[in-house]
Amino acid sequence: MIPLSWYLILAAALFCLGLFGVLARKNAVAILMGIELMLNAVIINLIAFWRYLKPDQVNALVFALIVFAVSAAEVAVGLALVISIYRRRGTVAADEIDLMKW
Amino acid sequence: MAIETLIWFVPAPPLLAFFLILLFTNRNKALSHTIAVGAALLSFTGSMIVFWQALCVEELGKYPFESSINWLPVAKGWLAVGVLIDPLSATTLFFVGWTVLMIFIYSVGYNNYGQPAGDHDKPGLQPHGATAADEYGHTHHVPSIEPMYSRFFAFIGLFAFGMYLLVVSNNLLTVFVGWEIMGLCSYLLIGFWYAKPSARAAAIKAFITTRVGDVFMLLGIVYLYSATGTLNFRTIFSEEILRRLVETPAGFLGLSTAGLISILLFIGTVGKSAQWPLHVWLPDAMEGPTPVSAMIHAAAMVSAGVYAALRMFPLLNAEWQGHGLTPAMTVIAFIGAFTALFAAVIAVAQNDIKRVLAYSTISQLGYMIAAVGIGAYVAAAFHLVMHAFFKALLFLGSGSVIHGVEHGVLHTGEHDVDPQNMFNMGGLKDKMPVTFWTFLIGGFALSGFPLITAGFWSKDEILADAFGHGHLAVFSTLALAALLTAFYTMRQITLTFLGKPRTESAKHAQETTWTMTLPLVVLAVFSVVAGWSGIPKHFPLLGMFSSNWFHEFVGGTLLERPETVEFSFIPLLTSLVVALGGLFLGWLVYRNVPAGAEDPLKRPLGMLYTWMHNKFYFDQLYDFLFVRPVIWFAEVFTFLWMDRGLIDGILHAIAHFTGVLGSFFRQGIDAPIINGFGDLVGDSTKKAGQSLRVIQTGQVQQYMIAALIFVFGTLIFFLYSLP
Repeated sequence: MIPLSWYLILAAALFCLGLFGVLARKNAVAILMGIELMLNAVIINLIAFWRYLKPDQVNALVFALIVFAVSAAEVAVGLALVISIYRRRGTVAADEIDLMKW
Repeated sequence: MAIETLIWFVPAPPLLAFFLILLFTNRNKALSHTIAVGAALLSFTGSMIVFWQALCVEELGKYPFESSINWLPVAKGWLAVGVLIDPLSATTLFFVGWTVLMIFIYSVGYNNYGQPAGDHDKPGLQPHGATAADEYGHTHHVPSIEPMYSRFFAFIGLFAFGMYLLVVSNNLLTVFVGWEIMGLCSYLLIGFWYAKPSARAAAIKAFITTRVGDVFMLLGIVYLYSATGTLNFRTIFSEEILRRLVETPAGFLGLSTAGLISILLFIGTVGKSAQWPLHVWLPDAMEGPTPVSAMIHAAAMVSAGVYAALRMFPLLNAEWQGHGLTPAMTVIAFIGAFTALFAAVIAVAQNDIKRVLAYSTISQLGYMIAAVGIGAYVAAAFHLVMHAFFKALLFLGSGSVIHGVEHGVLHTGEHDVDPQNMFNMGGLKDKMPVTFWTFLIGGFALSGFPLITAGFWSKDEILADAFGHGHLAVFSTLALAALLTAFYTMRQITLTFLGKPRTESAKHAQETTWTMTLPLVVLAVFSVVAGWSGIPKHFPLLGMFSSNWFHEFVGGTLLERPETVEFSFIPLLTSLVVALGGLFLGWLVYRNVPAGAEDPLKRPLGMLYTWMHNKFYFDQLYDFLFVRPVIWFAEVFTFLWMDRGLIDGILHAIAHFTGVLGSFFRQGIDAPIINGFGDLVGDSTKKAGQSLRVIQTGQVQQYMIAALIFVFGTLIFFLYSLP
C-alpha cells in the first residue's frame, strides 16, 4: 500500500505549484486557476488523512464537498469580476489593475 | 336699615360711579354725568339721614354710632376698621354732603355741557371754543364742551369717595387711606389739563409737597400704633391710654410720647391744609378746573387736614392743664397764627381772582389751626364748617366769573385778555347779577360782616376764645389777619363787579347757566343761615334767642365739654372794627381803578408790594433750597458721578480685566498647549499616513506576498516557540 506521506508530498507539490501560479502569473485568470490548484491540494490532504486515520467517519468527506462548493462559487464570482474588469479597462493583467493604489 | 349699616354705605356710591364711568360709560357724556351726580345725590341723602338720626340722639358724644369689622390679621388678633358718627363727624358729613353735591351739579355747567364740541379742542387742554351758526345763518364763537368730560366726573367721584371715607372712619388707618386717595385725586385733577406745562408742574408740586406732610403723618400713625396697639379713635382717647402716652417720655427734645405723636400727625395736617411752610402747592393748584379748586379748597382736601387735627384733638391737648400751652400746642398755634397773617398779606397783592381765594383759604385754615392750637376746639370746628360753605361759594362764584369773561373773550376775540385777571374785569355787577349777589354774600361771610353772615360768628368765636384764654399774641395776629382779609375781599369784589368794565371782554360778559348759578344760591343761603347755629348765649340782644346749638352739639364730642368763654366787648369790637374797616378801606382804595392802571397800592408800599406780589419769594427759596439741589443730585451726583463714574467705571474695569484675562488664556494656554497638542496629534497622524501609504500599491499579488510572509513568519514563530 502506498504510504500516506506520498499523498502529502503530492498535495504539497500541488499547493506550491498553485501558490507560484498565484504569485507569479500576470493573467488574472491564471491567478484564479492557481487558487483552484491550492484548493485541490487541500482537498487531497483532507481525503488522504481521512483514508489513513479515520476511515469510519464522514466529517472529512462532507468538509471536502463544502470546499468544492465554495471553490466553485469563488471561481464563478472571480471570473465574473475578471470579465467586468476586462470590459472596463481592456486588460486582465494583474499588475495593471492598481485602482487601490495610494 | 340700621343706621350703622347706612353709614357704611355713605361713601360707596361715588366710588361705584368712578368705576362705572371709567370702565363703561366713558364715551357717553350725558350718562357719565348722570351717574356721577346721581351717586353724589345718593351719598348726600345718606349723609342727611345719618345727620338727622344723629340729631335725635341725646348725648351723641357719649354714645356715638359705631360699628367695625375685622380687616387685617395682625400679631395679636385683628386690626379692626369701621365707621363712627359722633357730633364732629356728623357735622362734617353735613357740610361735605352739601358742598360735594353742589360742586357736582356745578361741574355739569362749568364743563359746558350742551355746547358743541370745540373746533380745535384736544384732550389735555382747556376747551377753546367752537363756531356755531344761529337760525339766521350768523356764526358765533361759543364755549365748547370739555373733551375729557366723562373722565372729569370719574375723578371727582373718586375724590368724593376719599372725603366721605375719611369723615366716617373710626380709625386712623382708613382716615389715612381716604387722605391718600384725595392726594392722588388732587394730583390727577390739578393736572387735568395735562398738556399745559404749568398744570403738570402744579400737579407734581402739589403731590410732592403734600407727600412731605404725609410721610410724617404715617410715621405718627405707626408710632401711635406701636405705643398703644390700636388705631381706633375712641380706644386711643380713653383716659388710661392718654395718661400712659403723656407719662411716657419720647426721648426726643424732652417731649412726651403724646407730644411727639401730635407733632408728627400735625405735620400731615400742615401738608394737607397748606400751612406755612408747606403752603406753596395750594396757589399753584389753581391750574386745575374751578370745581376742582372748590373741591380741594373748601369741601374736601384742606378741610380734611383740619378735620384730622380736630379728630386728634384729645391727643393734641392730652398734656394740657388748662393754662399755658403744651409744646405741641404752641407749635400748632404759632404755625396757624403765622400762616393766617402771612397768607393774608400775600393775598392783598395778587391779581388772579382764583389766586386771591387760594391765599385766603390758606389764611382761613391758619385761623382754624390756631384755634386748635389754643384749645378752642368748638370754634375751630365751627369755622371749618362755615368756611367750607362760603369758600366753596366763592370758588364756584369765581369760576362763574371766569366763565362769563371767557364768554366775552370769545365774543370779542381779544385773545390776549387773561379772563382770570381781576384788572381785566369791572362792572360785572349788571352783567352777572346772580353771581354778583352770591359772591357778595360769600365775600362778606369771608370778611366776617357783622351779625348776618356766618363768617362773623365763627371768626368772632375764635377771637373771643383767643382773648378769653389770654393768648394775646395769637389774638392780635388773627385780628390783623382779619383786617387784611376784609381788605382783600373788598378789593376783589370792587375790582371784579363794581365800577366800569376795563376791557371789551368784561363788557360782553354773560351770566352762566342754571346748573352753575343754582349751587351758588344754595351755598349762599348756607353762608348766611349756618352761622346762626352758633351765636353765643351771652351775646347782647341776639343771645336771648340763641341756644348756641353748635357749641352744645359739637362740644359734646369731647369727654369734658368745653365751657364757653366769658363774654367780653373787646374781641367783639375788634372783629366789628376790622371787618367793617377792612371792607371800607378796600372799597375806598379800589373804587375807581381805570383800565390799564397798576395796583394803587404799588407805589405807597414800594418794595414790600413787590415782595408780596411775588409771595415773599417762597417758591424761589424752595427752588434754591430743595428743587435745584435735588436736580443737581440727580443729574450730577447720581448720574454723572455715581452712575457714569462709579458704577459704569466698575463695570468697565471688570470688562477690561476680563478682556486681559481672556487674552492671557488665549495666548498663554489655549494656543500653545491645547491647540498645540491637537495640531501635534493631527500632524503626526498625517505624517504617519504619508509614510505608510507607500505600501498601499494596489497590486493584489504584492498583498499576497505580504500575507504569505506574515503567515510563514507566524508559523515559524509558533513552531519554534512552542515547547
